[in-house]
Amino acid sequence: MKKFLKILFCASLLLNTNYANSAENSAELLKVDWSFKSFFGKFDRASLQRGYQVYNEVCASCHSVKYLSYRNLTEKGGPEFTEEEAKAIASNFEVIDGPDSTGEMFTRPARLSDKFVSPYANDEEAKSANGGAYPPDMSVLVKARKGGADYIYSLLLGYEDPPADMELDDGVYYNKFMYGNKIKMSAPLLDDIVEYSDGTKATTEQMSKDVVTFLMWAAEPHLEQRHKFGFRVIIYLIIITILVYYSMKKIWSRIESKV
Amino acid sequence: MSDHDYQPSSKLGKWFNDRLPLLTLSNHLQEYPTPKNLNYWWTFGGILTFCLITQIITGIILGMHYIAHADLAFGSVEHIMRDVNYGWLIRYVHANGASMFFLAVYIHIFRSLYYGSYKAPREVIWIIGMIIYFLMMATAFMGYVLPWGQMSFWGATVITNLFSAIPFVGESITNWLWGGYSVDNPTLTRFFSLHYLLPFLILGLVILHIWALHVPGNNNPIGIDIKKPSNDTVPFHPYIVIKDLFALLLFLIVFAFFVFYSPNILGHADNYIEADPLVTPAHIVPEWYLLPFYAILRSVPDKLLGVIAMFASIFVLVVLPWLDTSKVRSAIFRPIYKQFYWFLVADVLILGYMGAMPAEGAYLIIARVATAYYFLHFLVILPVLGRKEKTLDIPLSITEPVLGGFPNQATTKNKQDNRENL
Repeated sequence: MKKFLKILFCASLLLNTNYANSAENSAELLKVDWSFKSFFGKFDRASLQRGYQVYNEVCASCHSVKYLSYRNLTEKGGPEFTEEEAKAIASNFEVIDGPDSTGEMFTRPARLSDKFVSPYANDEEAKSANGGAYPPDMSVLVKARKGGADYIYSLLLGYEDPPADMELDDGVYYNKFMYGNKIKMSAPLLDDIVEYSDGTKATTEQMSKDVVTFLMWAAEPHLEQRHKFGFRVIIYLIIITILVYYSMKKIWSRIESKV
Repeated sequence: MSDHDYQPSSKLGKWFNDRLPLLTLSNHLQEYPTPKNLNYWWTFGGILTFCLITQIITGIILGMHYIAHADLAFGSVEHIMRDVNYGWLIRYVHANGASMFFLAVYIHIFRSLYYGSYKAPREVIWIIGMIIYFLMMATAFMGYVLPWGQMSFWGATVITNLFSAIPFVGESITNWLWGGYSVDNPTLTRFFSLHYLLPFLILGLVILHIWALHVPGNNNPIGIDIKKPSNDTVPFHPYIVIKDLFALLLFLIVFAFFVFYSPNILGHADNYIEADPLVTPAHIVPEWYLLPFYAILRSVPDKLLGVIAMFASIFVLVVLPWLDTSKVRSAIFRPIYKQFYWFLVADVLILGYMGAMPAEGAYLIIARVATAYYFLHFLVILPVLGRKEKTLDIPLSITEPVLGGFPNQATTKNKQDNRENL
């Protein structure tokens, strides 16, 4: 019976993994041993903070993260900036608020309760500033791409000279991991494009790893709680299953012949 | 069954029970004589009831925070995931719960196919079950539209467009379903309304399903009629209750693994991209549990015939009790049927796989063969097999094979007698 369940289960899994990977990916993704994978996976706090810095200094000039709020930066399981640090971060951005008592809209520095300020006022402005390509919102970007964190990481490191037979238009770049290999974003990261305050060397690999960690958290801010919770739930279920199993044996032993 | 003899012990209980016999019902559910040889494949009925209740409860809570509006739906789901207390848990249970529900219902249906549970006198249970299954697919499809991601939008576009294949009135019907000239806000709001309604219809049908089950009683792995209550039966409570509970807990461990450790593996990455009517995804695929039907739909070159084939693939299941002409229920005693049964299981898995692949080249050819075989199984093999197959000897009771070896020739009726008896 158990063997059977296993077969059915594997079959259904097989079915899924296959169609999850069915896109034409030209190159094998680079694999990273992420700290947030596995049963007890957690984010690397320092990496999250560095990742925020990379996002803020590089990505944020084009990409929004509209579902994050500044207060999230202080929350448990995230980068865990102190409240003062997060307030200081927020106050660097201006938001439009109002109307005030005279009916006028006004700008004020952002507070912890505000959502991350987007670089463009609307999608059209974003497109026109980027040669017609919309820089996607990064809130759930990691979950919105096949291959997830590995894919974004690979993409950031996947810029190469195009093959000799490929003609590229202006503002189009070759990336061996991109769908169709053509991408409208130029290579965003160069060694030492940011300066880490904790002394970590800002290699392209390091920055890619940090920013992907940050984006994974942005997409799944409750990941650590989910892992912790899940472990407890499964242990609890296993214990109660064993208890119920022995109760069942005892109850069924009342029947004279076992079937 | 001693339903009519039941008397509540307390005076108040008797007073109430004379006016509304709820206590009689409760007594019936506890005493309900159940074959004692039911294996673990029979525990999925209880598991499915659990799945339905879980979906309804988590769904009601999600409905408190979700906003059914084309501009706000995607953001409201992110609000649930981020800001609602344990919103991530409730949404992941609901989303993975749908997959678990279908996993369980497929096992439940294939169990029925193996042990012939759809045969007389249980045809009505089977037909109600098929209606439930059909409503489940409709509910799941509309639920998948609600987050308003790319797969939501384009899945809804593909499926609603099927109705445009109907001659003459197709286009009008499609526009009527959409509430406009494309999938848009009116489509989303009506899908939300229906997605909230259908589970309660399913709940009502589940009650009828169980009621219809309690008239003839459970089938069993041997597939014979049994005397109730007798040596062959046990009261539902505590014997079956505890066994169902054990199986449910095992099921929950698998469920929890998905919810907590790979909550998005059964979904499609594109659904985390907000719906955009101007960008079509490279591959539009439905959720895994609808893939076999999607494969059948696409394997027919003509749109209208494809739609007919897809609906026919469900309809053949509804009339299955009359397509299968064999009087012997359980596949244990039908050596040839048993082989064909496993061919069918493989065929449906192949169809599912083909549904996920692009409809071209070798994939398309395999999907066509598998579709043809699917209908061949129900429309040709089963009716013929029932008449030609030489079935094995069937024991007289459940207790017999256990006590006297299997099968006991001295007390076993031969096939001819059995047919008259059934």
